[in-house]
Amino acid sequence: MSTPDPTDVAVAASPVIVESPTVRVDPTKSRARRIAEVVIPPLVLVAVLIGVWYFFSYRIVKRRFLLHPPHDVIQEGFLKWDNFHEILDGLWNTMRVAAIGLTIAFALAVAIAVLMSQSKLIERAVFPLLVALQAMPILAMVPLIAIWFDTKTTSRVIVCVIIAFFPIVLNTLFGLVSAEAGLHDLLTLHHATRWTRLRALMLPASLPAMFAGLRISAGLSVIGAIVGDFFFGRGERGLGQLIRLYSSNTNERELLLAAVIMSALLGIAVFLMFGAIQAAVVGKWYDSKSGGGR
Amino acid sequence: MSDTAAALKFDGIGMVFPDGTRAIDEVSFSVGRGDFATVVGPSGCGKSTLLKIASGLLDPTSGSVEIDRERIGYVFQDPTLMPWRTVRGNVEVLAELHKVPRNERRQLAQHAIDLVGLTGFEEHYPKSLSGGMRMRCSLARTLTLRPPIMMFDEPFGAVDEITREHLNEETLRIFEQEDFAGLFITHSISEAVFMSTRVLVMSARPGRIVADYEVPFAYPRSPELRFDPEFAALSGEISRALRGAHP
Repeated sequence: MSTPDPTDVAVAASPVIVESPTVRVDPTKSRARRIAEVVIPPLVLVAVLIGVWYFFSYRIVKRRFLLHPPHDVIQEGFLKWDNFHEILDGLWNTMRVAAIGLTIAFALAVAIAVLMSQSKLIERAVFPLLVALQAMPILAMVPLIAIWFDTKTTSRVIVCVIIAFFPIVLNTLFGLVSAEAGLHDLLTLHHATRWTRLRALMLPASLPAMFAGLRISAGLSVIGAIVGDFFFGRGERGLGQLIRLYSSNTNERELLLAAVIMSALLGIAVFLMFGAIQAAVVGKWYDSKSGGGR
Repeated sequence: MSDTAAALKFDGIGMVFPDGTRAIDEVSFSVGRGDFATVVGPSGCGKSTLLKIASGLLDPTSGSVEIDRERIGYVFQDPTLMPWRTVRGNVEVLAELHKVPRNERRQLAQHAIDLVGLTGFEEHYPKSLSGGMRMRCSLARTLTLRPPIMMFDEPFGAVDEITREHLNEETLRIFEQEDFAGLFITHSISEAVFMSTRVLVMSARPGRIVADYEVPFAYPRSPELRFDPEFAALSGEISRALRGAHP
């Protein structure tokens, strides 16, 4: 049999849907289909990774306590109410700290970015310090923060703020100065005040970049909350303390893995949530390919 | 040129940039209400600089400009729309800057949108408009203030030939209705002749006005004018003047 032209195959076997190899979203496809195309590939990959996990657990490591198989983790961490309850409590405390930290970081970062956008002098003065702060190892800061403040919520929130702050400042500043020069001229021609320029041009122009920064920082803020909690080791118990507790006890390795999985799920939830907020605020007008539909 | 007082008057304008480039030298002319003056010249001869000086975006290094800068109409080379505003929002923005009350703003915007033929697209965002439609939106925005003078900085350079001719005809129709003084910049001779009451030829750097032609055709001008022998003759003459100024 000769090799037929691929398009002929598609026509002949019409009930078989020929898949395009790209991931580009086709508006003619149904909603369910589009969701399936986004959700199924990562699920398949997760299934493969769970398979690898089983393989290592049974074939390579062999001794269970070194690497518990997935069903042990689910059994101990998620199906035993006492354990699951403890992890949920930790999750809640971590989320609370991360949310407070991110809110403060956001407010502070936007305010500083706006100031920097208004004055070259401020920008030149502040920028190197921000880079320095960003480069400082957070682990070295943690003991100091514990000494200066307390080891409860305040300190953990401070760790979050430090870690989540930089991407928002940088992206917001980039967004604020990204407004088209012609639009600045337009406002100049019509005698706009500095405040009008900021409100009507620079802030809206900064939104897509600001959200990109916020999305990165949201994940970092979760890490900050866990790291702070892990090191302070006191106060209301978050995922960080649980991870520390479980890792010190060989009998609770399943729980350690369960807590790690929980923090990963939190990271995914936060990422998706901020993606949805971004789409709701700038999705209507922002064209990510052309940089905003000029 | 015109029986009314000049809406814009250049008097011995010279422009030397800080890096020493002499962009414009000794430019003097005036544009009155009812005039549509077009400056032609190749890119880089200082045409746009002239508009920036007229509008106050740049200060000339010598000479003076007489113009009322309260309500300037300025159509940029690019549509320069705010991507986060709909067509209506973009068209309303200047009235907003001039603190026109909301209801009045709405009416002004709707009138301008109708005038440029964007009726029905009020709630669209710029990203879903074609290049020509964005330019119309930009034109409508400028019209809301009913400016006594309209300046155009090669506004239709980026759209295709067919769209450009349409936009030329529509701009003329609006010019006849709104009675502003027009100052248009282009490198297209046929566009210049088709639109204007007067064509000024600008030399290479430093830009000087080297020739000044009256365009005798009456308005309204039909698209067929472009094939008129007189139109061709005048275009030819301007073309020769341009060549003479850019050896």
